[in-house]
Amino acid sequence: MDELIQITLLSLGVSGIATAISLLIGLPLGTVLALSVFRSRGIVLSVVNTGMALPPVVAGLAIALLLWRSGPLGDLNLIYTPSAIILAEVVIATPVILGLSAAGIGQLDPRLQVQLQGLGASRMQTVFWLWREARLSLLAALMAGFGSVISEVGAAMMVGGNISGQTRVLTTAMVLDVGRGNFGAAIQLAGILLALAFLVNGILTWAQQSGKRH
Amino acid sequence: MTFDPDAAEDATRPVLEARDLVVRRGGREVLSIAKFGVSRHGTVAVVGPNGAGKSTLLLALALLVGPQEGSVLLKGQLVTPRLALHLRRRIGLVLAAPMLLDTTVRRNVAAGLRFRGIGGRQADVRVDEWLDRLGVLALRDRSARELSSGEAQRVSLARAFVLEPEVLLLDEPFASVDAAARSQLIDDTGRLLRETPRATVLVTHDLDEAGRLGTRMSVIINGRLRQDAPPEVVLSEPCDEDVAAFVGVQTRLPGRITSIDDGLAVVEVGGGRIEAISAFGIGQQVMCCLRPEDVTLRLSGQSSQPMPTTSARNRLSGVITKIVGKGPFVQVSVDCGAKVVADVTKASANEMGLREGDLVEATFKATAVHLIGLTL
Repeated sequence: MDELIQITLLSLGVSGIATAISLLIGLPLGTVLALSVFRSRGIVLSVVNTGMALPPVVAGLAIALLLWRSGPLGDLNLIYTPSAIILAEVVIATPVILGLSAAGIGQLDPRLQVQLQGLGASRMQTVFWLWREARLSLLAALMAGFGSVISEVGAAMMVGGNISGQTRVLTTAMVLDVGRGNFGAAIQLAGILLALAFLVNGILTWAQQSGKRH
Repeated sequence: MTFDPDAAEDATRPVLEARDLVVRRGGREVLSIAKFGVSRHGTVAVVGPNGAGKSTLLLALALLVGPQEGSVLLKGQLVTPRLALHLRRRIGLVLAAPMLLDTTVRRNVAAGLRFRGIGGRQADVRVDEWLDRLGVLALRDRSARELSSGEAQRVSLARAFVLEPEVLLLDEPFASVDAAARSQLIDDTGRLLRETPRATVLVTHDLDEAGRLGTRMSVIINGRLRQDAPPEVVLSEPCDEDVAAFVGVQTRLPGRITSIDDGLAVVEVGGGRIEAISAFGIGQQVMCCLRPEDVTLRLSGQSSQPMPTTSARNRLSGVITKIVGKGPFVQVSVDCGAKVVADVTKASANEMGLREGDLVEATFKATAVHLIGLTL
């Protein structure tokens, strides 16, 4: 039971940190992408959209190549650590958060930006209010980002190694349990994952509905 | 050099002015204005057809669009793009759509104050005062989403007025309001502009609105400023044919001045001769402009009926080609060799029994005719 709690907390921690880092990278870039007009905008958008559909194992492979003992960042000794999983999950979640937040902000009426600036808003004040107006889309982007990494298994296995007590997370533990025929344990883990997914969606739905009431 | 427009304050200068402004969109020039300005207590109504560049001018004045060329000056000081925020902290903008933020009415109106670092009790007092002045104080704690179009636009106006800005920029502020509430809102806005006079630029396609609120009227057509004068001058003495057409001068008869006697010119037009007050010389090609409300009609061949007024010096005969309803009037088009249009009250049209095909006489005063010089 202790191990179960430890695995769950590690899963939550790794995915939470990865989502937070992805938000810090994805939201500003998504905002810039939504609000600026530049020549290669179409190309950037399609790269981001491809990134959103990036197979996690490809992200895992890329990070594994990078962190492998003989790889360019091998000296950091990060392979098979939670940090490696976080890194891979950032690669997976960032395009999701970037793309969805760009779409959410892009859906706002362009006149809103003009109106805010016409009332004397600075660039930061304008962005703050646009985020506030797009808050439900941004929340959805955040949840989608978290959802994409909490349930991910391929990359976590590849760069984490599923080391008991160190890098074993809910999904990799389940793969191992099923492989060993420990269906009871796998079902327990599945229950926890489902509960987490339910919780995430519950928060999102609640926020959307209270947003509508306002 | 510091940016301190107040240091150079000069009451005779426009508060906000634009010089040699050019705005291009997709390589195409959409606006080209040599000179435009609004004085300290003036309301300039910028009018023109849809797509003429009125809103573009308004947004360019706040450096919210372009301009690719030219300059905007606040109290005589050049506003560079780097100083745009300083300029915008001295203006208040209202757009055609209310563009309210998804929060309470109170927080909407406080938004601009918060951008300027004004908060707390001072902000609350000002917000309440202006909500009250616009008649929406009762909606203070409501969500902006629950408002009607008229209420929402009142909140949007309060949000700009509360800043007590040096320049108010209003872009079709009544366009989104339904007809029933519009007239009252125009009146209320006019009252606020009189009570707290400030430099105001009002963009509108509605001449009635422009006449009610404007101390000057600037006509923009195809991205150019065609005429800038008091509203009554623009309406009665448009400077060219396009402006004449836009301000509702429906009778436009081309002709040539054949004689002048004591300032009264005789113009030969297609369907006869017209006497008009003129500053032009003999031989000048002119366009005779007549507003429909200045033309009186009577049926021809009714000698028993006396002439309505003896001062109506001009008389043209023709056949009625079209009658259309226009509010309390009917608008009658008469073919007098060229088209003459008259507004007749519904009552008198019925009394005379006007019908298409009737032969009528159109009469109008020499003073009602405005001549535009034509260069060929």
